[in-house]
Amino acid sequence: MPKLGKVRAQKEKTVTESRELILAFETSCDETSVAVVENGEHILSNFVATQIKSHQRFGGVVPEVASRHHIEEITIGIRKALTEADVTPEELTAVAVTYGPGLVGSLLIGVTAAKTFAFAHHLPLVPVNHMAGHIYAARYVEPLTFPSLGLLVSGGHTQIVLMKAAGEFEIIGDTRDDAAGEAFDKVGRVLGIPYPAGKEIDRLAHEGHDTFNFPRAMIHEANYDFSFSGLKSAFINTVHNADQRGEQLDRADLAASFQASVVDVLVTKVLSALERYQVKQLVLAGGVAANHGLRDALKVKMARFAPQTKLVAAPLALCGDNAAMIGAAAHIAYAKGDRADMSLNADPSLEFPWLTGVEA
Amino acid sequence: MKVLALDTSNQPMSVALLVDQKVIAKKTTATQLDHSVQLMPTITELMADQQWQPEDLDRLVVAQGPGSYTGLRIAVTTAKTLAATLHIQLVGVSSLAVLAGSVQTEGTFVSPIFDARNTQLYAGLYQIKNGQPVLVIADQHTNIPDWTAQLNAAGHPVTLIGELTRYHDALADALNVPATFTEGDANLPDAGVLGKLGMPLKAIDDIDSFVPQYLRLSPAEAQWAAAHPGEDHKNYVEEV
Ligand SMILES: Nc1ncnc2c1ncn2[C@@H]1O[C@H](COP(=O)(O)OP(=O)(O)OP(=O)(O)O)[C@@H](O)[C@H]1O
Ligand SMILES: [Mg+2]
Repeated sequence: MPKLGKVRAQKEKTVTESRELILAFETSCDETSVAVVENGEHILSNFVATQIKSHQRFGGVVPEVASRHHIEEITIGIRKALTEADVTPEELTAVAVTYGPGLVGSLLIGVTAAKTFAFAHHLPLVPVNHMAGHIYAARYVEPLTFPSLGLLVSGGHTQIVLMKAAGEFEIIGDTRDDAAGEAFDKVGRVLGIPYPAGKEIDRLAHEGHDTFNFPRAMIHEANYDFSFSGLKSAFINTVHNADQRGEQLDRADLAASFQASVVDVLVTKVLSALERYQVKQLVLAGGVAANHGLRDALKVKMARFAPQTKLVAAPLALCGDNAAMIGAAAHIAYAKGDRADMSLNADPSLEFPWLTGVEA
Repeated sequence: MKVLALDTSNQPMSVALLVDQKVIAKKTTATQLDHSVQLMPTITELMADQQWQPEDLDRLVVAQGPGSYTGLRIAVTTAKTLAATLHIQLVGVSSLAVLAGSVQTEGTFVSPIFDARNTQLYAGLYQIKNGQPVLVIADQHTNIPDWTAQLNAAGHPVTLIGELTRYHDALADALNVPATFTEGDANLPDAGVLGKLGMPLKAIDDIDSFVPQYLRLSPAEAQWAAAHPGEDHKNYVEEV
């Protein structure tokens, strides 16, 4: 493999030499984000350009449209992130980038820009898994301590992840079909809520009650896996049947019932994982981690059934995709020596490994 | 003036280093390789061989399209990022003009053509004047009947250039002007030619808004535009 080192030896600064400053890139889906993070714990800047309005025209993210927006925003993001942080390229320690999972065309803009920037300024390049990024958003609340468990709930993922040490991630449970966020968005469509519907369903749910008793799939199975497609179908059928009878169902009750089912399953599975794995922290992260129903239920239930484990929920503002979380994950990856060379490619289906012996 | 020229608009990739009008290093690959994997290592290797540092560069010349959307974005992202962060001049050149520019014979009418899948093409018509391809019919997204009709109407003997195996017979049948098909390697883009074409051009002022010349809306955008005539297409992306 061709190596960057031929041009000039990369600067590999030691942390004692200066403050560690990482320029992080995140373009895995429909946000173009560039951040400067100091020592993995201070956000000096976090530029985020969201394309939600554009994709709302189509009812969901259109990959080619997303890629075209990313290339329009990327150099703006780099400049604004550095300017706001008041940091010059010469002061940087490393460049980090999400290289998967996500949409390949979107990922490629960040990967290409990050490689180019690293080359231009003779900086080491740190490849970051987007899901590790989501988890490390919680780092801005308090330092992660190990072993810990992560509940990753986002537009494309619903996983319980075991972290035995910093930067080590092993899946112990996963969704068999739809991701939690995906279910929110699909159900939202039936209620006429524009993409992405999670936040609005969350708001509606607080005005309603769990009156529909939707199914709680796999809730009592002896594993940490999930399934949300049955819930989605039950929801859609309930609404369609009512429509055919010319009956109007209460939207708030529908939202509350749907959310109660999702939250019930997530919390039950997390509690059972917390029983099996004695960990110091439960990290709640990913776009759906912004859900108030989920945050509240975990807090209450963990205080009661897992008081030995601390709930660390990612800050609300950092639950969605952003580069600050990538910078925090990169701080750990950098210390571990993770480096990519100039041949780094996007890996749209990048996944954490399963914990040995647990996989379905 | 030290120039880096890049073309990843289609399956082949071509990278060249020039000092003024002189090509000093060049690499062109013909087979389908991943541009994302290939481009940066190729740039670093060529530059290391010449002992050029990134900050030594004065100008970037990039094939701006048309071509494969993903392919275009690799070289354009690299070019605009380098130009923006190192304050280097940036110019874009038509990817079709790059092919036309490899034809030497003065006065020749050249139609560079890219396969745009299904029965679609990207094509333009150029004439070689003073050794440079001069635009005669603008680059466009078109198809075989439409493009051959335009070439027939132009009425000049034409040299077709591009990887056209799949379209050879259909084009030959539809053309009633004398047509010459370019053979073999000459159909590959040459970043040396690209660099020379980009040398006299004025550098882009607004690097941020430099994007590929796709010459075509994405299917979703095309449907949207058809359903919402006259709608403003700005402000879809918001900084939060
Ligand atoms: N308050 C909320 N309640 C429930 N869901 C929410 C809330 N806020 C956002 N979401 C959901 O979060 C999802 C977006 O999360 P995120 O941006 O992390 O996903 P992604 O990046 O598309 O997917 P992934 O991270 O798995 O690759 C959407 O499905 C959205 O509806
Ligand atoms: Mg995400």
